[in-house]
Amino acid sequence: MDRRKFLSLSAVAAAVLPVSLSAIDFRATKPDTWKAHTVADGIKALYGDIKPEEKGVTVKAPKVASNGGAIPVTITSDISAKTVALFQDANPESAVAVFSVAEGGIVDYMMKIKMKASGKITVIVEGTDGKFYSGSQSLEVALGGCEG
Amino acid sequence: MGNMKIKAKLKGDVVDVKVMAKHDMLTYDQAKKKGVDANFITHISAKANGKEVYDVSTSQFWSKDPQFKFSFKGAAAGDKVEITWTDLSGKTVTESKKIK
Repeated sequence: MDRRKFLSLSAVAAAVLPVSLSAIDFRATKPDTWKAHTVADGIKALYGDIKPEEKGVTVKAPKVASNGGAIPVTITSDISAKTVALFQDANPESAVAVFSVAEGGIVDYMMKIKMKASGKITVIVEGTDGKFYSGSQSLEVALGGCEG
Repeated sequence: MGNMKIKAKLKGDVVDVKVMAKHDMLTYDQAKKKGVDANFITHISAKANGKEVYDVSTSQFWSKDPQFKFSFKGAAAGDKVEITWTDLSGKTVTESKKIK
């Protein structure tokens, strides 16, 4: 009986472990991040009270986006990162993406995002050194992308 | 033809991956207007040689048919990169591509 119990327990452990290694579902672990309306609240919900240094993070987006429905944003950083989070202040909620970076991973991400109006994109990088860094880019949106 | 268009190219020791996934990425506002449920991709991850190389939790504010790029080290030409996305409705799609 004991042996059977042990066997079933280890089977459960084996099934759970690989998933929790590096992949983190921030929507499940930090649900408030995705409901926050301002960038400050979003950052607070995700990381707590932090004071990021404004350096080491490059955010690239067009100065004027003709189509707010698909704005290419590129994030690059040489910081050894644990997580990277992207926020903006034009949409009803501020959070757009939270990356978890694998050990030795490269922070060089491009994604196309939607913005309803002109605004500012803020990126926070959580370093493996436990410090926080930020970068930002303001842009004008000619045609909003959330009306559909 | 699958759901995703994937390009994976080795340059030096870095693999550059470009992806376009087919998804409406319907925001809560858009869904309300149409009288349907919002649905958008909530998580994307990628693996190569059994190792996580990309992992992101996403919101409704990624563009329709989301396009994204990322880079990683530790794979050779001929290896496979496997990309998985999950959306709000619980649908999961996994596709893989050989690295050139």
